[in-house]
Amino acid sequence: MATRHLFIELQTLNRRAKLKIIFAKFQCLCIIPALVGVDKKTCIQFCLCTFQEEMVIRPLYSGDIYASFQFRTQWDTDFLHDGKKVSHYRLFPKSLGQVLSKFSVRELHISFTQGYWRTMQWGQPFIPSPPGAELWVWFHHTVTDVDGNWKELTNVLSGIFCASLNFIDSTNTVEPSASFKPLGLGNATDHRFLRYATLPREIVCTENLTPWKKLLPCGSKAGLAVLMKSEKLFHSSFHSQAVHIRPVCKDWQCTSTAWELRQTLNVVFDLYTSGQGKKEWSLFKMFSRTLTEACPLASSSKIYVDVTDNPGGELFDLSPSSPLISTAVVLGDRRTYSVYDLTKKETFGQLRSLNLLLRWKGENDMLRPPLHAERYVSGFGLQKGEIHTCLYNSHPYRAYPVLLLDSLPWYLRLYVHTLTVTSKTRENKPSYIHYQPSKDRLRPHLLEMLVQLPPHSVTEVTVQFERALLKWTEYTPDPNHGFYIGSSVISALVPSIVAMDTNSTRDRPLFSSFFPTKEESSYFMRVYTEPLLVNLPTPDFSMPYNVICLTCTVVAVGYGSFYNLLTRTFQVDEPSAPLAKRLANIIRRLRGVPLL
Amino acid sequence: MGLLSDPNRRKAITSLLTRLNTPICVVCYLAGIAWFMGLAFEPFTLRTYMSENAMGSTMVEERFPSGERALATAREFAAHKKKVGGMPVDWLVKTMRAQGLEVFTQSFSRNLPFPDESKERFVVRGTNVYGILRAPRAPRTEALVLSAPCSPGNSNNQAVGLLLGLAQYFRSQIYWAKDIIFLVNEHDLIGVQAWLEGYHHTNITENCRITSSLGRAGSIQAALSLELNSDVVTSLDLVLEGLNGQLPNLDLANLFHAFCQKLGILCTIQGKLQRSDWDTVEGYTHSAQTMLLMVLKQASGRPWGEHGLFLRYHIEAASIRGVNSFRQYKTDATSIGRLFEGMVRKLNNLLERLHQSYFFYLMPSLTRFVSIGYYMPAFGLLTTILLLRALDLWVHLGTPTPVTEDGVGEGESPSSPGLLSVLTPVVISHLTGVALYTLPVLSQEMAVEHFPVSETEAVVLTAIAIYTAGLALPHNTHRLISGEGTEQGWRVLKLVALLYLAVLLGCTALINFSLGFILAVTLVPAAACVTPHVPKALSAVAMVLLSPGCTILYCVFLFQELQEVPVSLAEGWMLFLSVISQGILDHALYGSLVYPLLALLVYPCWLLFWNILFWK
Repeated sequence: MATRHLFIELQTLNRRAKLKIIFAKFQCLCIIPALVGVDKKTCIQFCLCTFQEEMVIRPLYSGDIYASFQFRTQWDTDFLHDGKKVSHYRLFPKSLGQVLSKFSVRELHISFTQGYWRTMQWGQPFIPSPPGAELWVWFHHTVTDVDGNWKELTNVLSGIFCASLNFIDSTNTVEPSASFKPLGLGNATDHRFLRYATLPREIVCTENLTPWKKLLPCGSKAGLAVLMKSEKLFHSSFHSQAVHIRPVCKDWQCTSTAWELRQTLNVVFDLYTSGQGKKEWSLFKMFSRTLTEACPLASSSKIYVDVTDNPGGELFDLSPSSPLISTAVVLGDRRTYSVYDLTKKETFGQLRSLNLLLRWKGENDMLRPPLHAERYVSGFGLQKGEIHTCLYNSHPYRAYPVLLLDSLPWYLRLYVHTLTVTSKTRENKPSYIHYQPSKDRLRPHLLEMLVQLPPHSVTEVTVQFERALLKWTEYTPDPNHGFYIGSSVISALVPSIVAMDTNSTRDRPLFSSFFPTKEESSYFMRVYTEPLLVNLPTPDFSMPYNVICLTCTVVAVGYGSFYNLLTRTFQVDEPSAPLAKRLANIIRRLRGVPLL
Repeated sequence: MGLLSDPNRRKAITSLLTRLNTPICVVCYLAGIAWFMGLAFEPFTLRTYMSENAMGSTMVEERFPSGERALATAREFAAHKKKVGGMPVDWLVKTMRAQGLEVFTQSFSRNLPFPDESKERFVVRGTNVYGILRAPRAPRTEALVLSAPCSPGNSNNQAVGLLLGLAQYFRSQIYWAKDIIFLVNEHDLIGVQAWLEGYHHTNITENCRITSSLGRAGSIQAALSLELNSDVVTSLDLVLEGLNGQLPNLDLANLFHAFCQKLGILCTIQGKLQRSDWDTVEGYTHSAQTMLLMVLKQASGRPWGEHGLFLRYHIEAASIRGVNSFRQYKTDATSIGRLFEGMVRKLNNLLERLHQSYFFYLMPSLTRFVSIGYYMPAFGLLTTILLLRALDLWVHLGTPTPVTEDGVGEGESPSSPGLLSVLTPVVISHLTGVALYTLPVLSQEMAVEHFPVSETEAVVLTAIAIYTAGLALPHNTHRLISGEGTEQGWRVLKLVALLYLAVLLGCTALINFSLGFILAVTLVPAAACVTPHVPKALSAVAMVLLSPGCTILYCVFLFQELQEVPVSLAEGWMLFLSVISQGILDHALYGSLVYPLLALLVYPCWLLFWNILFWK
């Protein structure tokens, strides 16, 4: 009996031990080191996934504050190649992982933006995005039915992000041939596997932010994400949130690939309206929260404050100051940052909370970014119009090519023969043009051009269009508001301000390394123009309209008969004899008797 | 229909129409005029109501506090304006930038075909300054415009001051969904025209050079223009009439009226307060005067305020003008600021362009309006006369002279001399019209050389000379080609001319009802009565008195009378001359269509009837 008891006890013990190990494997080991006393780094190496978070704060020339969050989750698995079924997701959000494997997605970029990035005042954003929603996806080359996958994917994403992505269909999807290259590993160039769509009308609000926050490992409970109070984030001049998924190298040798999920959130706060004219700013004022800890699951958690323009403190005061300074080349410019490491206790000081404070002293001024663009519709009336896209190269001596992508809905009938590209009043012949004409109610126009921008010049691309008259069911419920035309996309390798980067690139911050650049002398830049609001000829959907239709019908019928009567001459005709009389006459004729 | 298909009844109807033609025509004319005058009677008109949901039920609070500060800014602006001797561009740019707007300037230069009377200039050079308040989290697709002219002299400083005050206040608010453009323009309408052409990248009128303006804010949804000359006002006047008689959506007028009511500001239209005693003779005359003023202003085709030029671009716009009279009750700048704040906030709430309410209307008072369905019958009755006369002639031409029995085969024989005899006067009158349209501006240099007149006088006098010469020129021209005019000949010519006039007036009335109606009132009797067989001298005088040129003269006198500033004959004549030069200038500068319409179409049409009178 006793031995038997002992045996059972041993078994349960065994099971417990086993459970413990399983538990350890299951939970990313990051919790264990505190118990076991293992170094955190080794844990993360052992672990299959890492999580980093950071925030960059850049005081802008206009006196506004730009805050950019990035959360990066790397997951060392590849469910596309092995064909194995992955069910353990740990830090990587399961909802996204399942979507990736189900639809064989190679790369996915989705952004939701409310507002327009004002390049002339704010300079370049770290990750640009157009107003509204933008989605572009590279599918794996084994996918046979790309369009089917795309349709299902947009519907699923629409559910995940609580957005109207299900309005993406063939009429607003294009396959750009050159503008959108994969940003991750792999040299897929066949643009048949690429789909790009924008919804310029999409309005971004809290219902999109909440699902986005839920994808974070710590949610909005700890780490930088506690700052994301929606009432503050949407009380700003610009709000953009994005999810980027791409395959990246697992390690230095790049022997195998890993999945990278970047969640970014960019906000620009207007100090003028929120501070009643006083330009003073702090974490608490911006987010109505202060920071007390890093996300426990994060391997690094940092705040960067751009102090490049403020070497002697002329532009603003920053407190508390940080001893850590880091420099990096970001968007062609060498920037200096004060770094606050949230994983270190001393960052939080004695109050155990970090509240950065910044007092603005400088003047506002307009910027001259190296490349910017604007777009507008010219002309008046509801028949025709002309789209002008102006590309400004303000580099003093370097010319560089840019790729212009325009995707216009079918109801603007483009007159492609009127397409002109002029810079400095001379014609500028694009070296590459890819044009796909639209099909009514099926697919949009796609126009891609490679244009060389001369130094210090304005290049104007114009094309005329005719406004189509839609069928009456095709109008939106608010037809007099107008129809939105998505932003054009300008992708360019812009000559860098700093010639070469002398520093080691190894401890560059994340936000400086998003777009792959081969050479440091120029950097990749993407600029989105503003969307357009175009009025189409709209019938008056109201009672007078119905009355007019009805009256016109009556008048048309009345006019027809009236005209008929007026133009015809009438003569009095003998009424024909009745049937009986005619029959009688026939009989009489047969009989030879005189007719009646 | 049965009536017409029965030849006997048909004959009865036509005979009735021909027999009673003159009485019917007289009745129609009187009924048309009576109908039109009845429109000003209050029980016959509709009450205005807000149709746009987005502006109706949504509540906005007006909190603009800094009227005094705005007036201080106005004084500062006036000082800088005096110092620079024109538009203080640098000061404006600095001020707007300090308020946190994106500021842009646009310089323009404009060649005038001939110098305008008051300012004596051939070239206008100026600069517009505008600041864009970017709405937070809006993608630059929609905008509203608030504009104030920087007028020469000491006028309109308060408008600019209030504009800047509003800009500062608006900048600190967060509820904007549309960008707001604050525009200070130089040279009044010319500046606005240059700005609009620059913004929309159009070139409607030539001789305008604009530096490409940089800042844009998408499609403009509505615009308000502000004119204010004193620190306090007694009332605000709403100006609606725009270029070519275009009017903004009625909801804009309703919006203005609603806020005036809410804030207790006296509001007027055509400078006339509303009266409550509609059932008295004075009450009726008052509203009739208001309506007639609107009709006259609309018929002139001129923009009566800066807003008038926006309407071409489908931007609903109105001018609001502060009036300071001797009344006791005064309104301060803070209240006016609140009125604008409220209006802009409601426009900011718009989801669609203003489209719910009427675009074609007349206003006998600010709370009453006459829609197109009510005023068109008055015009219809007048054009019916032309059609009835045409029918009468047609019947006369169709029923042959007793020689031929059945009019089917021989229908062509009487009109066979017709084609050339009809075509010649038509072509010659139109050539006269072309001369009237082109020669005055072209020949001004020659006229200045040979006569002791200024350029402007030269243009106007040349126009009048050609107009008068036209009376002598075209009649009896048909005899050059086709010999003696026949009885059939003038009938065919009159038939053509009647139908031509009917179509012409009909089309004009569809675009600009007032112009069409005024022309119909004078031209229709002349057109209906004229034959070669009436006493020549008397009818010639009557014809001249009913010609388009004299119509303009009457309108000038009537306008002055209605505005309660009656003028003497000599003053009226001078005004008439300036109206003509202004009309030609409006056409050249803003593309107003009244001058070409009168010169190229209406005048030649009237010449055809003149031709008939002297048919031999």
